Amino acid sequence: MKGYRKYFLNKLLWFLITLVTAFILNFILPRLMPGDPVASIVSRLAQGMSNTTGVQAIYQQYSDLFGTNKPMLEQFWLYMRNVFRGDFGFSFSQYPRTVADVIKSSVWWTVILQFPAIIVGWLIGNTLGALAAYRKGSFDKVLMPVSIFISNLPAFGMAIILLVIFGVSLKWFPTSGGYGFDLIPNASWKFVWSVIVHYQLPFWSVVLITIGGQAIGMRSMAIYELNADYVKYSRFMGIKDRKIVGYVFRNAMLPQITGLALSIGTMVGGALVAEIIFSYPGLGSTILTAVLGQDYPLISATTLIITIMVLAANFLIEIIYGVLDPRIKAAQAD
Amino acid sequence: MKHTLQQVFHSGKFVTGFSIFVAILLIVIIYPLIITDPPLRIIGQGTFFEPGIYVNVYDSISSPHYTLNLDDAAAKRIASKLGEDDRIAIKDWLVAVGIPESEIDTTDTAKLLDQWVNNYDPATRISGMTNATRNYYIRLNNSLKGLLSTDGVSIAVANPETAVLEETSTIVQSDYVNVNQVANVRVLPLGTDNFGRDVLTELVEATRVSLQIGFVAGVIATLIGLTLGLLSGYVGGFVDDIIMFITNLFTVIPSFVLLILISFSIGQDRRGPVTIAIVIGFTSWVWTTRAVRSQVISLRNRDHVNLSKLSGHSLVHIIVTDIFPYIASYVVMALILQISSGILVEAGLSILGLGPRTTDVPTLGLMMNWAMIYQAHILGKWWAYFPVIVTIALIAFSMNLMNTGLDQVFNPALRD
Repeated sequence: MKGYRKYFLNKLLWFLITLVTAFILNFILPRLMPGDPVASIVSRLAQGMSNTTGVQAIYQQYSDLFGTNKPMLEQFWLYMRNVFRGDFGFSFSQYPRTVADVIKSSVWWTVILQFPAIIVGWLIGNTLGALAAYRKGSFDKVLMPVSIFISNLPAFGMAIILLVIFGVSLKWFPTSGGYGFDLIPNASWKFVWSVIVHYQLPFWSVVLITIGGQAIGMRSMAIYELNADYVKYSRFMGIKDRKIVGYVFRNAMLPQITGLALSIGTMVGGALVAEIIFSYPGLGSTILTAVLGQDYPLISATTLIITIMVLAANFLIEIIYGVLDPRIKAAQAD
Repeated sequence: MKHTLQQVFHSGKFVTGFSIFVAILLIVIIYPLIITDPPLRIIGQGTFFEPGIYVNVYDSISSPHYTLNLDDAAAKRIASKLGEDDRIAIKDWLVAVGIPESEIDTTDTAKLLDQWVNNYDPATRISGMTNATRNYYIRLNNSLKGLLSTDGVSIAVANPETAVLEETSTIVQSDYVNVNQVANVRVLPLGTDNFGRDVLTELVEATRVSLQIGFVAGVIATLIGLTLGLLSGYVGGFVDDIIMFITNLFTVIPSFVLLILISFSIGQDRRGPVTIAIVIGFTSWVWTTRAVRSQVISLRNRDHVNLSKLSGHSLVHIIVTDIFPYIASYVVMALILQISSGILVEAGLSILGLGPRTTDVPTLGLMMNWAMIYQAHILGKWWAYFPVIVTIALIAFSMNLMNTGLDQVFNPALRD
């Protein structure tokens, strides 16, 4: 147990250092981009104004408001103090909305789209992969090439193909947005139905891509385990096939669970392309508009969310692995 | 080595993937030798010309004419001129004047026209029909009259002195030209794109550039990943912690933030394909490092490594001679995956408008980006984007098949 605690503390320390460094980099990197975001806001606001002093006054006011005229170090201290209070400041590109407000309105779209899609894809993919490994024969011969090909379709390719077939040709589902453009989000059945209809294409494009990759991974893991010595030994012992299959798939699941945790951790980044192709109002679209509009606080906050999610997923994996697989811990100890 | 290669080429999966990949490579090399046009020259005035054979009208008038008497020529001519909307409009009229709907077949051109000629009368007033619709029917009737006429078309040239048209020849409906005798015929197997450029020529060039991007990115990523993975796995301890720290940092900071930062700082003019490839390489080595590290950890306590250590060999010597050979096959597979993912990353970035900013060379991602900006998918112009998706998928598919094949050769437990 003492070895485990040392392993755990060591991991925790490094994860904390990573978090702090990533936090600092998330703050600095967007601000190193050349260009002045305040100038572009002012030029938008002051369109048609010929009074230079007036424009300058507006510029001054916004610089004070956003704090961009202070030295970088002071900005950083201010930013850090505010973040610890849960205040991410104003969004530059969508002023006067706050960053928290922008993220609050988009994060749920991403979570509700990605989370069920990843889980469904993961379950179907693993079942198919395990079946392919166990049944072999024609099922395997057909499934393998198909899933390799599907998983190699780029995410945007799958999204566009689904969009063209079901959205443009068959007109079953709308092609863009999270809900009908003629609706205002409210709690009516009409709105809920609109959301469900708009949900289908992005959802299935994520599910299909996930199925392919998971099926391949599960199949090769299961074949690997089915040939292991303990399986042969159990067969000699006369243990029932059903029970052996249970053991095999429990072992084969281990790396697959890692994959699940990682893809949940990286779902925000992974959602980007699908969300943009379907103009889905999620976090992916928000990041893109933030980057293109040089919206420092919004970029920092969204990347911070990604950072924390990926870190949490990684940390969980390492800890679970430390518990489940003593070899890794032992290798660390010496 | 020879034996290993033999084994590799016995694997069905590897051979299939390898053949697809070599076929793509050969097309990329040979096609530009045959079609030497610059890939990005704008040849079409207008957007999205359909795939097909384009015959110069001017040249076909002056080419020798042959008379072919074909029975179905007139019917075909009318059928191709009469659009889907016009057919439905004709049907609406016929229904309105009292023809039972079961007797109307919009696909049977001859019968439909017959019914139209018999039943249409511009003087008829149908209740509820707007003036615009009535005028549409009058226009439709006039154009159909033109279609039904059997007169030839006169070719006339304006006399430069008097500006009077002088007829030079007449083309009758049974005149044909031989395509081989027309001076200018251009085959556009995939039509033109939104800027009026030949899609196939562009696609071949884009595939070449994308393969280069993938190769450069893959080699850089694999070299960084291999070096860091070997050091981290073999040396362990503090070095391992530091390297894993950097690796984690690269995992948690989205690489496109880094990419945009770098591409902004090098300036838009110089943000070419090679720069993007290098940036992709520098941001995608992370999983190679992790994978190599875990392989090395399982190797470093083997007897032969310990023996080498006891014999006083240097760190570099041990890594190169005692550890690297064991993971070499793995590194080759990782390189293949990195190349294919490099191509995919470039395509994804370009679709978002963050790829190489260039007007000199196309990449697969840029072609997707152009097609998306001009709404090719909504307008049904499949030739502008579908071949690109298929090409990307084929490249990735072939590389993954090669990888799976290699995996089965080097890892006998995975064989079926």
